[in-house]
Amino acid sequence: MRNPQLNGDGTLQHLLTIEGLPREVVVHILDTAASFIGVTEREVKKVPLLRGKSVFNLFFEPSTRTRTTFEIAAKRLSADVINLNIAASSSTKGETLLDTVDNLSAMHADMFVVRHSSSGAAHLIASHVASHVHVINAGDGRHAHPTQGLLDIYTIRHYKKDFARLSVAIVGDVLHSRVARSLIHALTTLGAPDVRVIGPRTLLPTGVEQLGVSVHHDMREGLAGCDVVMMLRLQNERMKGPLLPSAQEFFKSYGLTSAKLALAKPDAIVMHPGPMNRGVEIDSSVADGPHSVILPQVTFGIAVRMAVMSILAGN
Amino acid sequence: MNLPDAEALCKELASKLRAGVSESTGLVGIRTGGAWLAERLHRELGLATPMGSLDISFYRDDFDSAGLRHQVKPSQIPFDVNGRHIVVVDDVLYTGRTVRAAMNELFDYGRPGKIELAALVDRGERQLPIAAQYVGATLSVPAGKLLRLARDERGKFSLRLSDAKPAA
Repeated sequence: MRNPQLNGDGTLQHLLTIEGLPREVVVHILDTAASFIGVTEREVKKVPLLRGKSVFNLFFEPSTRTRTTFEIAAKRLSADVINLNIAASSSTKGETLLDTVDNLSAMHADMFVVRHSSSGAAHLIASHVASHVHVINAGDGRHAHPTQGLLDIYTIRHYKKDFARLSVAIVGDVLHSRVARSLIHALTTLGAPDVRVIGPRTLLPTGVEQLGVSVHHDMREGLAGCDVVMMLRLQNERMKGPLLPSAQEFFKSYGLTSAKLALAKPDAIVMHPGPMNRGVEIDSSVADGPHSVILPQVTFGIAVRMAVMSILAGN
Repeated sequence: MNLPDAEALCKELASKLRAGVSESTGLVGIRTGGAWLAERLHRELGLATPMGSLDISFYRDDFDSAGLRHQVKPSQIPFDVNGRHIVVVDDVLYTGRTVRAAMNELFDYGRPGKIELAALVDRGERQLPIAAQYVGATLSVPAGKLLRLARDERGKFSLRLSDAKPAA
């Protein structure tokens, strides 16, 4: 089956998931992002690539960081940005997703950035819009959050340079995490040899090994000698039923403390997609400590989203 | 067709530039050929101000049709642009569109005092009102041919002529 996010000539038409993206497309995005880092340090932090284009941020699910960084990225590319918080709008009046999209397309949208609680929402929109319109998935249900996965590997590449001998541990609520899924696909695409997922049985998806990762239930064992620790947010709002005894209990087994981090390599970096639950999945001393690259992740996220938008708009 | 010796043209260009530059002049090469050339001229002229380089991919006027396909490298301007005398350096001056993009990018770093243009070869056929103050040689090249600077592993310059890729 044809990859719905690629054009006939193998270039990117939409960004829906990292799964199945050719390695060279991923590397092109990362390299382009590196060039945008310089732009954000200049007197004028804008380039004219998307001048005259309209980018619609369609957020059917609340988000501050992702929506804001997409907005900043689009503005630094000189696009006009329209933010729509749909949760408080048409869908509550009964309009369907595709009717909303049709109406916005009639307002000459060039790009949609879509966040939705249903897996596949961005795919549905991508298969519906006209051929000059581009769609970026900004998180769909438990499925994928590709720009987050890309900014995560951008961050890893920035600090670790090479993926060839890298050990990466992903810790916590993998079951509900589209961030984890996107990062795993990105890491395997770039050839990271050792990716570990760490968490309680109830929060790891069955068959996760099939993604090419090793599974650990003991956090100390899983962290031993790793280069990168990616902590996931405990997604209270997605939790259904008694998957966990309590947040305190979770912190004891799977919270990242300085003592547990000491088991990783001395120069290990600690990442978190945000927003953090301090004292639930990560201790403040680690979140604010010298190994933490959580705030640089946010800054890199702008450059990565600029890269994705400009590559899509040019294809 | 017979192409001139790029090394000789480079010497010629350096001697013309020597009269026009000062300690504070900023040389800015346009990647990739122009950046190689600026590197060499910077060394030969012994300029105190570090040289800059521009990748104009984010400023091209054909982005809508050509997109962002090739590898973009970060632009580097390691000096304060405001009020400065800047010489933009490119290997081949043709339509003038690349130079316009480079000037647009420079202005996003600040307000230069004066911008001049140096080119190893001016092949004419301008599509914009742009002229070079320093030129190695003028050369007539058939349309549809791509003329560019090449650099071998020892750093020696030569000019190459090839068939231009049809526009996407």
